[in-house]
Amino acid sequence: MKNFLRRLKRTNSLSFYSLWLLVVLYALAILADFISPYPYDLQCREYALCPPTVPHISVPGRKLCGPVVYGIVVVNPAFKEYAFDSSRRYKIRFLVKGPERKIFGLLKTDRYLFGVEEPGKIFLFGTDLHGRDVFSRVLYGARISLSIGIIGVTISFVLGLLVGGISGYFGGRTDTILMRTVEIIMMFPFFYLMLALRAAFPPNLSSIQIYFLIVIILSLIGWASLARIIRGMVLSLKEEEYVLAARSLGISSFRIITRHILPNTLSYTVTALTLSIPGYILGESALSLLGLGIQEPYPSWGNMLSVTVGNLRILTMAPWMLIPGFFIFLTVLAFNFFGDGVRNVTDPKNW
Amino acid sequence: MKRYVLRRLLQFIPLLLGMTFISFLIIQMAPGDYFTQLQMNPEISPKTIEEMRSRFGLDRPVIVQYFYWLGNILRFNLGESFSYHVPVSFLIWQKLKNTLALSFFSIFFTWLIAIPLGVYAGIREGKWQEKALSFLAYVGISIPSFLIAMLMVFFVARTMVLPVGGTTSVFHLQATGWEKFIDYLRHLLLPGIALTLAGIGGLYRLMKNNFLEAFNSPYITTAYAKGLSSFSVYFRHALRNAINPMITIFGYTLSSVLSGAALVEIVTNWPGMGRLILDAVLSQDLYLVMASLLIGGVLLILGNLIADILIASADPRVRLR
Repeated sequence: MKNFLRRLKRTNSLSFYSLWLLVVLYALAILADFISPYPYDLQCREYALCPPTVPHISVPGRKLCGPVVYGIVVVNPAFKEYAFDSSRRYKIRFLVKGPERKIFGLLKTDRYLFGVEEPGKIFLFGTDLHGRDVFSRVLYGARISLSIGIIGVTISFVLGLLVGGISGYFGGRTDTILMRTVEIIMMFPFFYLMLALRAAFPPNLSSIQIYFLIVIILSLIGWASLARIIRGMVLSLKEEEYVLAARSLGISSFRIITRHILPNTLSYTVTALTLSIPGYILGESALSLLGLGIQEPYPSWGNMLSVTVGNLRILTMAPWMLIPGFFIFLTVLAFNFFGDGVRNVTDPKNW
Repeated sequence: MKRYVLRRLLQFIPLLLGMTFISFLIIQMAPGDYFTQLQMNPEISPKTIEEMRSRFGLDRPVIVQYFYWLGNILRFNLGESFSYHVPVSFLIWQKLKNTLALSFFSIFFTWLIAIPLGVYAGIREGKWQEKALSFLAYVGISIPSFLIAMLMVFFVARTMVLPVGGTTSVFHLQATGWEKFIDYLRHLLLPGIALTLAGIGGLYRLMKNNFLEAFNSPYITTAYAKGLSSFSVYFRHALRNAINPMITIFGYTLSSVLSGAALVEIVTNWPGMGRLILDAVLSQDLYLVMASLLIGGVLLILGNLIADILIASADPRVRLR
C-alpha cells in the first residue's frame, strides 16, 4: 500500500493529490454532523434564497478583526431581496455548543466545528427555497452521492467478474446464453433503461429504500460491459499452464475461476473500478435531478439541483443553488485523475 | 458485402425481441397501469375505464399483450398513446425531428473541434500546449452534461443573448421561411453548444491517444529514415492510421443520438425525445415507451453496422465476411 502510494506520487502527482481530495470529501461526508452548522432540514423561512454570507476578517474602517459575518437584512420578502448590514457583526466561533447530534449515528456530540450566535446566521453557500442552509445540505448530500458509487461499483463488479469468469471458462452453451444476455442489456439506451427500471417501482418509497433501489438499478445496468471484457481476458488466461496444473490437481472449477484466473485480471479491474465510479455518481444525480431519486427533505447533490431545472427565475436569482453541481464535478474529476494514476501504476509497461 | 449486412441484421432480430420483451416486462411490473390514475377521476365512470382497458388489451395476460404489440409492430403500427390519444408514431416524429437536429448539430461541431485538437496535442506531446489541452479535456470529461447545460442557461438568461427553451419565438407565425430557420437555429444554439462542450473532452482524448499510438509505430521511424518531412510524416502516415479507430467510434456515436441528449434536453427545455419519454415512463404510457425503446435499439444496431461497414471500406486490412 505504502509502495503503491509512493509510486503513484512519482508517476502521476496530480492523481496523488486527487486521492487526497477524495479523502477530504469523504471525511466531510462522514463528519457532516459535526461540521455542518445547521441540520439539513432546518428551515429558516424568513431567509429563503438568501445569498451566501461571506466571512469577513476586516470591517469597514480597515480594522482587522476575527472572522465575522454581517447581519442579514430582508429588503423585500416577496422578491427575496437581501442586504448585509456591516454594523451588525457576529463572530464566527469554533467548537460552539448546540443541540446534541450523533456523528453518523454513533458518536454523540453537542459541539459543532463552527457557528455564530443567534440571531446571526451563517450561510456559507446561501440558502435554498425553504431557507435551508445549502452548505449543511451539501455535506449531508455528500453521504448519498459519495457512497452510492462505492456500493454500486462493488455489486456490479462481483456480478461482472463472476459472469465474465464463468462465461469465459466454461464456454459453449453457457457462454452463448450469458453473452446474449449481456448484449441485450447493452442494447438498451442507458438513460431510458434507468428511467424504466425506476418507474417499475412505486414512487413513494422511504429514502433508504430508494437509495438501495438506485444502487441496484445502476449496478444491474453497469455489470454487463465489464462481464464482456473479463470474459475475453479469461478466454486467453484459461489456456495458461497454471490453470492446467490446477485442474489436474482436481481443484473445482469455481475455485479455479475465483482463485487462479480472476486475480490475474486484477490490474485491469482495479483501474476499471475506479474509473467507473463517476458513472454511478452521475447516474444517481441524474435520477435525483429528475425527481426520481432521493426524496426531500433528505438532500443529495442531484436533488438539490432539481429546483433549478426549468425554473429560470430561481436559477438567475440564486446561482449558488448550482454549488452541489460543482461538488459533483469535483468528485468526478478526482476519481478520473485517480483512476488514470492507478492505471499508470498498475500497467506493467510503466514499471 | 450484401450477405454480411443481411446476416448481421438477421442476428440482431433475436436481440431486439429479447430487449423489447424485457422492457415490456419491466414496464408491466410497475404497480397499476395508465388507467389506474384515471380511476381517481370522478368524471370517468369505471365502465369507461374497463372499456378502454379491454380496447388496449390491458386486461389480458402480459405475454398475450406482448405478442399483440409485436403483431402490430410487424404491420408498422406503433400503437396509440394513452395520454395524448394520437398515434405514437405521430408523437415520436414530432419530437424526434428536434432531437435529431440537436444531436447532429452537436456531433458535427464536437468532431470539427475535437479531432484537430487531438491531432495537434498528439504532435505537441509533452509540450505545454498538450498539457494544457489535456487538463482542459479532463475538466470537460468530468463536468456532467446537465451542469454545463445549467451553467449555460444561467449565463444566457442573465445576458439574454439567446432564447432559452422551445424551438420558436413569439413572432414565429408571421415569419418567412428563412426567418423561421434562423429562429430555430438560435433556439438550437443553447442546448447544442452545451452538448458539444460535453462531448469534446472524451473525443479529444481518444484522438490524441490514437495519434500517439500510430506515431510510436516502427513505420514512422522508417518514414523519418527515408527523409520525409515532418508534415508528411504527421499527416500522410500517422494521421491516416490514427483515424481508423475513430471511424468505429463515429458509428457508436450514431447509435446513441437518441438517449445521449436526453438530460441536456430536459434541462434546457428543448422539446425533444427526452421530456417525452420521461413523461411517458412516469405515466406508464406503455406503447409510447415501447416504441421509443424500440427505435433506440434499432438505432444502436444501425450505428454498429454502419461503423463496421465504414471501417471495412476505409481500412483494406479489414474484410467483412
